[in-house]
Amino acid sequence: MEPGVVKTEALLVTKEPYYEPQGDEILLFESAYRNQIPVLLKGPTGSGKTRFMEHMAWRLKRPLVTVSCHDDLTASDLVGRYLITAGDTVWVDGPLARAVRIGGLCYLDEIVEARKDTTVVIHPLADDRRVLPIEKTGEVLCAPPDFGLAISYNPGYQSVLKDLKQSTRQRFVALEFDYPPADLEKRIVDHESGVGDEAAGKLVRFAAMTRNLKGSGLEEGASTRLLVHAAKLMVSGVGAVAACRGAIAQTLTDDPEMLAAIHELSASLF
Amino acid sequence: MADLKPLTAAELEDWLDEELDAALSLRRTSHTAATSLASLDRDQQDFARHWVGIIAKTNPELAYHFANRAAEGLRRMAEDDALAWIIQAMDVYDKMGLYPAIAALSEIEAFAALRAQRSRTVTLEEIGPVLELFLQGLSGRRLKLEAGESAFTDTTHITLPAAIALLPTRRENLRLYKALAAHLWAQTWFGTFPGDQPARLLTHCQSLPDAAYARDLFHALETIRLDACLARELPGLYRELRALQNRPPLPTSWGPWITRLEALHATVDDTYQALDALYGEPLPAPHPYQGMIDAQAVAAALKERMEQERVALQNALKTILEGQASAPDERQRVVVRKDETGRPDLAFAPDGQPLMVPPDVRALMQSIAQDLGDIPEEYLVAAGDGAYAADNAKKPEDVWKGTYHEEGAFHYNEWDFKRQHYRKEWCVLRELDVHPVHEPFVADTLRKYAGLAARLRKTFEALRGENAILRRQKQGDDIDFDALVQGFADLRTGRELPDGLFLHNRRVARNIAVMFMVDMSGSTKGWINDAERESLVLLCEALEILGDRYAIYGFSGITRKRCEIYRVKRFEDPYDDSVRSRITGIKPQDYTRMGVAIRHLCGLLSGVEARTKILLTLSDGKPDDYDGYRGEYGIEDTRQALLEARRDGIHAFCITIDTDARDYLPHMYGPANYALIDDVRKLPLKISDIYRRLTS
Repeated sequence: MEPGVVKTEALLVTKEPYYEPQGDEILLFESAYRNQIPVLLKGPTGSGKTRFMEHMAWRLKRPLVTVSCHDDLTASDLVGRYLITAGDTVWVDGPLARAVRIGGLCYLDEIVEARKDTTVVIHPLADDRRVLPIEKTGEVLCAPPDFGLAISYNPGYQSVLKDLKQSTRQRFVALEFDYPPADLEKRIVDHESGVGDEAAGKLVRFAAMTRNLKGSGLEEGASTRLLVHAAKLMVSGVGAVAACRGAIAQTLTDDPEMLAAIHELSASLF
Repeated sequence: MADLKPLTAAELEDWLDEELDAALSLRRTSHTAATSLASLDRDQQDFARHWVGIIAKTNPELAYHFANRAAEGLRRMAEDDALAWIIQAMDVYDKMGLYPAIAALSEIEAFAALRAQRSRTVTLEEIGPVLELFLQGLSGRRLKLEAGESAFTDTTHITLPAAIALLPTRRENLRLYKALAAHLWAQTWFGTFPGDQPARLLTHCQSLPDAAYARDLFHALETIRLDACLARELPGLYRELRALQNRPPLPTSWGPWITRLEALHATVDDTYQALDALYGEPLPAPHPYQGMIDAQAVAAALKERMEQERVALQNALKTILEGQASAPDERQRVVVRKDETGRPDLAFAPDGQPLMVPPDVRALMQSIAQDLGDIPEEYLVAAGDGAYAADNAKKPEDVWKGTYHEEGAFHYNEWDFKRQHYRKEWCVLRELDVHPVHEPFVADTLRKYAGLAARLRKTFEALRGENAILRRQKQGDDIDFDALVQGFADLRTGRELPDGLFLHNRRVARNIAVMFMVDMSGSTKGWINDAERESLVLLCEALEILGDRYAIYGFSGITRKRCEIYRVKRFEDPYDDSVRSRITGIKPQDYTRMGVAIRHLCGLLSGVEARTKILLTLSDGKPDDYDGYRGEYGIEDTRQALLEARRDGIHAFCITIDTDARDYLPHMYGPANYALIDDVRKLPLKISDIYRRLTS
């Protein structure tokens, strides 16, 4: 792949990504997309937001451009910038501009991590104007009807710095994600890893135990993603307790007392 | 020094007489103590004398008892063990008073034996936090861990022995602790004590000829049932329990009952039936991890909790329903739905609207369901207006007794420099609101310092973080076309293309959170208080321009049991009229116990996300409180609190008007972290200046 030039086909999701709906989120997303309303995905980390986007891109047969936002992400990182080649300047689209041009789905993951001014760039795209002004080239990109915008954020951080402005959030249809109910989560863990029904059930119970500890020293309980990781380790022959320690306990916390407690929990369960 | 000759009994007696004067009388002399101490070598004597002196400052009577036992203690124990013996006795004194402390001192043999087995001993203090998290993770009602004589649960608390050294290695004793805790948890989780009959076990046992035997037999049978539950639900834990079992197999006549108790759907009813059937059989040896059953404590705790939780839930439902758009009719029932594990999860209003159930109410519902298997219908009627209200009158003096210390009161350790140890949970602190006063004080101040305020505004505006575009950078967000054109010109003339061709957009963001800790002790009365308030007004105006996050808290109090923190402005409060009226309302109160105030405010400050965190103290003198918190003790505790703050990445700075401050402030805050203002009236002028220097 050449830098900056990605073929549209490469972004198409060709194989169906595994996704178990928790509610009516697929219908909601499809309706919002058809009505050209952008979508906000809320939910804790590892609850399936990104997988859901991949699944929707596959369903809608649109290319998916994913941007993982970080705290140094600037507007030009999204829109594009000039590069110099052979004594000349060349304009290169950023991921957002590219998604607008090809009429794809643009997914800005963890939008609150980006700088405050960056979120404003998406405002004209996120209301009925559906345009992306590119200051530096003087262009105004009009989004085709195929273009869809989705952003995600984790309301659990509870930090004043990491909150979405009302002017941003009120442009979106919001879908809430949470850890799936135990039966469904068990099915997901089993399907993703092939660890078997019984072990998956135990992992889900273990996750519930860590979620009981949320607020008492743990910021978050174990996410479904972590369970899948642990299950994959178990399938590769790692012992259950060791897998829980490596894939779950150690990733959740560094606090020795909390680690000891989580370890005792997994040792009790398996 | 080691060659010094031991002191003689006479010398020691003279010294003791002076030191212990308050505890001695004609009939009670220091003769015995002196004679016994004279037999020690000089190092030991000095150690004993050192501690006699320190203990005498806490309590002369205790020191007298120590002097009498020091020789024996030092003969039996090495110095670090003896030190632990002393510190333990002083902790007992702090918590329980003189006589228990004397008793603790006299148990030298027991203590020495305990120290000897320390290598294998596990204490609840060290493992408690882990066990508490472990139990919470296992799910169910939050059980409070307490230290006690034996292991039992009243279904609200789990009491565990303060230390376990039963088994030969530390590792095994750790296992035993966990097994005890988990087994007691199982009693609360697998329905040993159903909530609808709080006194069932008690009355059942009393109806039989030998109540104590009946209770123990019930316990043995119930343990069989619970072990089977644990084997199903937590096989890993069960393996550990098995490793701890060491009793001979049970008689074959028990066989059918064991099968029944181990069945999947066995309940405590089966246990009662087994109890009646097997009554008279010899008791099997108890498992080491099964603890005890205290039927009376269970009955009392259950009865109390059922009533409390019913009232609490009804009141909570009332509050929730009041928030709903449709006004609730009287005596309407809320409908509760369960999640797939059978725990109450969602609630619906009588009209079918889903209710937002706050986490604490959800925990309450789950606790009720844990006791009763379900939430009874009468619980789900929101409390009416005239309904019985729980007696919420809480007396401030109850706070330090621990009656309701989780609510609103905080406990903090305090550093005792003489012992070089913390006094645990020594101070009780509460947050209070400053009573707002609506006077034109703020407007007056701004008028009075109009010129200064304008100047401050300018200097602070200049400080405000601004975007700066840096040119000719090696990397950046955009191309520096000027540099590029020049670079190409250079290139054409055969020179190298310079590497700085980018614009870098640098944001000089201020990311500061500052906590103002204002002395509200009685000594600030008058000028100082006025100056403090004026300074706060000017600072707030300036800080609003800067956009730094800031909070203002006052501190005062009297004795360790009544430390008070006054909220003037929290971090999240905007600077508005209510804050202004609270600044106006800052009034001198009592004493200056600084350490606990610093610990509390630093805790608040740590919760704020900021690159730089500053604790700025406005004070008029040394730390000082009624109950011995003065002189070196107060200074050392304050210093220790500041060291803790620094460890948490908080910069502490002190502005004081005490002219003697040079003697102690450098020791407390460090040489460059304080400012001394000789004239109170200059405080408002200086403080903004100091703040600017501090943060730029």
